[in-house]
Amino acid sequence: MMGQLIYLKDVVTLELDREACMGCGMCLLVCPHAVLSLTNGKIEIADRDACMECGACARNCPAEALSVRSGVGCAAAVINSKLGRKKSSCCCTIGPEEKPNDPAPCC
Amino acid sequence: MKQPFVMGSIPTPVGPVPEVSPSLVWADRRGGFKARWGMGRMHYTIDPGLYALGKPDEKSPVLVTANYKMSFDRLRQVLPGRDAWILVLDTRGINVWCAAGKGTFGTAELVARVESSGLTRIVSHRELILPQLAGPGVAAHHVKKLSGFKVIYGPIRAEDLPAFLDAGNKATPEMRSKTFTTRERLVLIPIELIQALKAGLIIISILFILAFLGRSEEGWANALGHGFFSALAVLTAILSGAVLTPLLLPWLPGRAFSLKGLIPGFFTAAILLFFGWVHWITGTGRLEMLAWLFLIPAVSAYLAMNFTGASTYTSLSGVKKEMRWALPLEIGAGIAGLILWIGSHFIA
Repeated sequence: MMGQLIYLKDVVTLELDREACMGCGMCLLVCPHAVLSLTNGKIEIADRDACMECGACARNCPAEALSVRSGVGCAAAVINSKLGRKKSSCCCTIGPEEKPNDPAPCC
Repeated sequence: MKQPFVMGSIPTPVGPVPEVSPSLVWADRRGGFKARWGMGRMHYTIDPGLYALGKPDEKSPVLVTANYKMSFDRLRQVLPGRDAWILVLDTRGINVWCAAGKGTFGTAELVARVESSGLTRIVSHRELILPQLAGPGVAAHHVKKLSGFKVIYGPIRAEDLPAFLDAGNKATPEMRSKTFTTRERLVLIPIELIQALKAGLIIISILFILAFLGRSEEGWANALGHGFFSALAVLTAILSGAVLTPLLLPWLPGRAFSLKGLIPGFFTAAILLFFGWVHWITGTGRLEMLAWLFLIPAVSAYLAMNFTGASTYTSLSGVKKEMRWALPLEIGAGIAGLILWIGSHFIA
């Protein structure tokens, strides 16, 4: 098997506030694509294009040093949200209009 | 609900906790197989709450998972001979990663489930082992604050849990990376295929009707022949976009999925048109063949683009960027192809 698969370049919305970072390393544990690295007690974005914007790092950063416009990278979900549909048989729907008790199907 | 994997129960300070079997039976595997093919997939659930695996005591680890039965089955079979508590969250039958992305496998549900299960009275430690892919939904520091439990992110794959536990809750870099191997792509193909075929059958029916309307004066057999060729062409496009593209993904050139899908689209279209060479003799036949040269790659590219949803590495920003150029092209090529196809059947 070849190395890690990479999607489009220079699109990712991941941002890091290095001043705020405390170097706790929680983000390193949750990132599924080794996007971040820890050097001299601070986090660095080592492989930006590998980021899939899942949002795990930002969610688990106690210092709120990481931010990303997270979402599901799914074309059908984008189409469904554009069409105003709340459900799809494929994957997930996107958008704040989603009801929490909606038995929305997902991948 | 009656759950066949429950073998009995073990007593705890908060009452009996159901004990689950550490191995899968034929019915579990059949259920998983059916879910992969889209049968009962949205209701493939188990009851949320606390379960016992083996004979856990107050020191045993607590493993957290989703109430999608396939997720739960994966977990309970990878720890033969070990004792653990399994805390199942209510994710409405959705797997861990997707549920975390939607927030149903989230901080609030986790904290509430810890509370309702009486876990604080069952275990003496204050640690929860979560699958790493719960990260998008769970904020570990908030869980600690709200419940007193420390979240430990375990490996991505349940199969790595024994090694993780034996290493003192330490994961290797490999355990922390989400792969997208041939096998992982292969198991996703059935659902892609079923979804595409549902739409494909409707399109095939319409093309059959149009073929009869346009060609009936040339004889029913002729119209039927064109209908069958259309059906074959639609199935070729689906095979290309929903089967070949996922299978060959890492080896197809380009980064955008639409681009990846275009290549098997052209390739399979060329093969089909080669075997349909008899149609090239007439002017309308050539028009019909040209139509498929637009339609098959367009459908294949569209289906490939939809596979971003199942893939493990595409970002929302990337998908939006790809769709901005790919979707208009796919729709444009689709309309061009349809006009050519209808033209070939009606201007004759």
